[in-house]
Amino acid sequence: MTSNLIIDLMQIIMLTATTVVVMVTAAFKRDHAVVCGLTVFGLFASLMTFLLIKPVLPFAATELLMIDEYSLFFSNLIIVGAIAVALLAYPYFRNHSAQNEEFYILLLTATLGAVVLACSNHFVAFLLGVEILGISLYAMIAYTVHDTSSAKFPLEAGIKYLILSALASAITLFGIALVYAFLGTMGFDEIPAALEAAGEPGPVFIIGVLMIVAGAAFKLSLVPFHIWTPDVYEGAPVPVTAYLATVSKAAMLAVTLRLLLASNALEFNAVTAVLTVMAAASMIVGNLLAVMQENTKRLLAYSSIAHLGYLMVVVVAAAQVENALSVEATSFYMLAYFIMSLAGFAVISAISSSVKELDQLSDFRGLFWRNTWLSSVLIIVLFSLAGIPLTAGFIGKFYIFSIGVEGELWFLLTILIIGSAIGLYYYLRLIYTMMQPPESISNDPAAMQIPAGVQVVLVTMTIAIIYLGVYPAPMINTLQSLSGAF
Amino acid sequence: MILAWLISILFVGGIGAWLSEKSNPELPRVIALATILLDLLLVVLMLVAPGALGLDAAAQADLGEPGQWLVLYSSEWIPRFGISFIFGADGLGLLLITLTVFLGLVSLGSAWHEIKERTGFFYFNLLWTLAGVIGVFTALDMFLFFFFWEVMLIPMYFIIAIWGHENKEYAATKFFIFTQVSGMLMLLSILVLVFFHFQDAGEITFSYFDLLGTNIPPGYAFWVMLGFFLAFATKLPTVPMHNWLPDAHSQAPTAGSVILAGILLKTGAYGLIRFAIPLFPQATAAFAPTAMLLGVISILYTAKVAFAQNDLKRLIAYTSVSHMGFVMLGIYAWTSQGVQGAVMTMLAHGLSAAALFMLAGGLQHRIHTRQMDEMGGLWGAAPKMGFMALFFTVAAVGMPGLGNFIGEFLVLLGAFRISVAAAAAAAIGMVVAAVYSLIVIQKVFHGENTHKLELKDLTTIEMICFGMMMIGLLWMGLYPQSMLDMSEPTLRSLGVLFFQ
Repeated sequence: MTSNLIIDLMQIIMLTATTVVVMVTAAFKRDHAVVCGLTVFGLFASLMTFLLIKPVLPFAATELLMIDEYSLFFSNLIIVGAIAVALLAYPYFRNHSAQNEEFYILLLTATLGAVVLACSNHFVAFLLGVEILGISLYAMIAYTVHDTSSAKFPLEAGIKYLILSALASAITLFGIALVYAFLGTMGFDEIPAALEAAGEPGPVFIIGVLMIVAGAAFKLSLVPFHIWTPDVYEGAPVPVTAYLATVSKAAMLAVTLRLLLASNALEFNAVTAVLTVMAAASMIVGNLLAVMQENTKRLLAYSSIAHLGYLMVVVVAAAQVENALSVEATSFYMLAYFIMSLAGFAVISAISSSVKELDQLSDFRGLFWRNTWLSSVLIIVLFSLAGIPLTAGFIGKFYIFSIGVEGELWFLLTILIIGSAIGLYYYLRLIYTMMQPPESISNDPAAMQIPAGVQVVLVTMTIAIIYLGVYPAPMINTLQSLSGAF
Repeated sequence: MILAWLISILFVGGIGAWLSEKSNPELPRVIALATILLDLLLVVLMLVAPGALGLDAAAQADLGEPGQWLVLYSSEWIPRFGISFIFGADGLGLLLITLTVFLGLVSLGSAWHEIKERTGFFYFNLLWTLAGVIGVFTALDMFLFFFFWEVMLIPMYFIIAIWGHENKEYAATKFFIFTQVSGMLMLLSILVLVFFHFQDAGEITFSYFDLLGTNIPPGYAFWVMLGFFLAFATKLPTVPMHNWLPDAHSQAPTAGSVILAGILLKTGAYGLIRFAIPLFPQATAAFAPTAMLLGVISILYTAKVAFAQNDLKRLIAYTSVSHMGFVMLGIYAWTSQGVQGAVMTMLAHGLSAAALFMLAGGLQHRIHTRQMDEMGGLWGAAPKMGFMALFFTVAAVGMPGLGNFIGEFLVLLGAFRISVAAAAAAAIGMVVAAVYSLIVIQKVFHGENTHKLELKDLTTIEMICFGMMMIGLLWMGLYPQSMLDMSEPTLRSLGVLFFQ
């Protein structure tokens, strides 16, 4: 039993160990390459432990954590995302004047928090994960604060995220307190039984759940809790933006879905109504505001708001359809979104560095003729975000459509189509900009040389987008097994 | 399998053309030519000697009525959702594939001297568009169909957005958004259809053969049918969804216009015949009068709008919408003559519109304007061009002896059986067509050459292209039975009304 416990917690243990090793190494030898290499190695090693964990699933590792196929899938996704971010960060910070080593320690702790979040089955673990992830992110966002010529407003972004995130945590905590006051339990899967015992759920419980949902919606940047997103995305260094857009969201989504499904909270009309409104508003507002953006990071920020809105359609539908199907759809869409966003930010990262960020729309003018490979990746990503066939994004959208039809959510599907139509406009605008003839040929020699680490991310993610789009059957089979958890 | 080959050859040829640009910018067009010729060879073999390709009945997949399909191939793709690769071609499909490959060759001819920049990527897009279109004409799995429906869209977007004229961003974006959004409505309809089939039969499948005859609750049937109709009517296009077409046509490079007018519009008509009507017979029966009315409005309204144009390409674009109105009318009459006429119009308009756009494009390439008031008296300067313009204009107007006449005549005949008023109103359209067509000839080719324009007459390549299209139209006009015989079994199996 104990040995199983250790095996099941292997990913978390390995991540913690890597954090300590990297911290000690950085204390004795300040070498960017060594620290980055150790980080990637440690992350990769903890990723690989899933082979050990897989045979002994599912397993409730203490009351707090539930390790099953579902959590393992998201943990793996999170760690892969962290590896990609580390690879993007190395060339990005290479010419950074200040110390870079601490960045990787923060990256590792944030990843630790995210993995805990993905596995959590208890409000305590939930809060613990959120805070470990959040506190690491504050520092990561403001990391280039001493570099005057880098990302424009790192400090503003960091403070903004700090204050709003703290507020969101406080709201979540209050919500948890209310739920606990009513039910007397904090374990997710104990909620249904406790609910039955407690009788008719009063407003205290509903408000508590809604406050927790609001806290989660902040991290997922759903409208109306999205205000921070564009500013923080723009102000943070590109690798951190990539991390925020992918890892932080995947972890939060994993735990939110588990909470909603395990606690049967979707049976309450108030909860589904709030989720419906947030989904519809995110799809419309995210897409509408993205149209105006001249900065690609802001554009992707708004587009991510819209995409999380699409995902919420699945969560709302979970009230009507089988849990298994909604878990499968959510995981696939999250996977697709994860890959697309990583690839998108990798492209921005490839032409940027901490010394100079090239993220304006005009910086992409003529990129197709200057660097065909790089802009082809971005075009594939944009088509994938728009849900065009041959890409992972299409299969994801297909899932959302089919689940929406099964749940008969005609209102949300209509909004989804309208939102996608607006979305097409700004994706095409960026594609068109890249297709324009370049202003001058030798405009930017840096754009011609892509660092090896970034190249690895670009190649892997592009292959993944196309592969999932053309032949999704194997991945779908994998995802179907996840639903055993519920 | 042969159909999958047809598509893959184009896909691979496209990639080859793109890569070859690095070694020599002249090479991509040669590769494109070889690719299309190879496809043409296969298509001709399929038409003439199917046995040589091993296309006998025993080799075909076991779906639908036996003997109905000349080629039918099926294999699994995404079993989770019952999605498979089902490619099939019957008489109608083969006719349209032939048209596609043939016009592919013509568009290549029109691009041969016109496209000088970034040739590799251009021919890549050209070939991929053709591949997407052939996919649309052969896919018999609804998911696969939708997949190709979108695949043909993206390369066309690039063709307009990169090699287009002064207002290309607007035109390309509009084209993309119109088609994509209506496509999404179709996707939604497909999914609802699949969902109802699942409730009925307990299996998830996207196969056309299984979905035929699905029971849809009456309240839903109309909306589901409408999703399909909107997608196809936007592509066709029919008023009021025609708005994207004049912009896309006038901004596209010549080869792009040729493919758009010649082939892409026909995918909409094909979709109506193959999917929208047979999948929802009851809902269609109730909707047919509205669709026929839209067809008649398209014919008359856009004919009038065409008459008001000064931009030559816009004018031809509007006449395309007008001719597609006949197709809509014939299809929704759903009688043998009506649908046969619609098919003939699709084929004949494919050739005549492609030729006219090639002429307009050729003129623009030579004198750098599309405005008709800046032209005049060009017959003296370019007599071959004048002759071709006259020939294809009278063909488009519906001169007996040429394909368009057969098509529109049959449509009127078929529609007459269903609605005398609609047929009568549509017939007026043929008169208006003569007016706007002759005005083009008068303004552009007759009269004094007041602007002192000098231009090179048609090149050999262009003459070959026009010659091939002339032969095609004459064949359709003089021996239409050869094509009617091919499409008849298809139409019978789709449930078109045949009168003795």
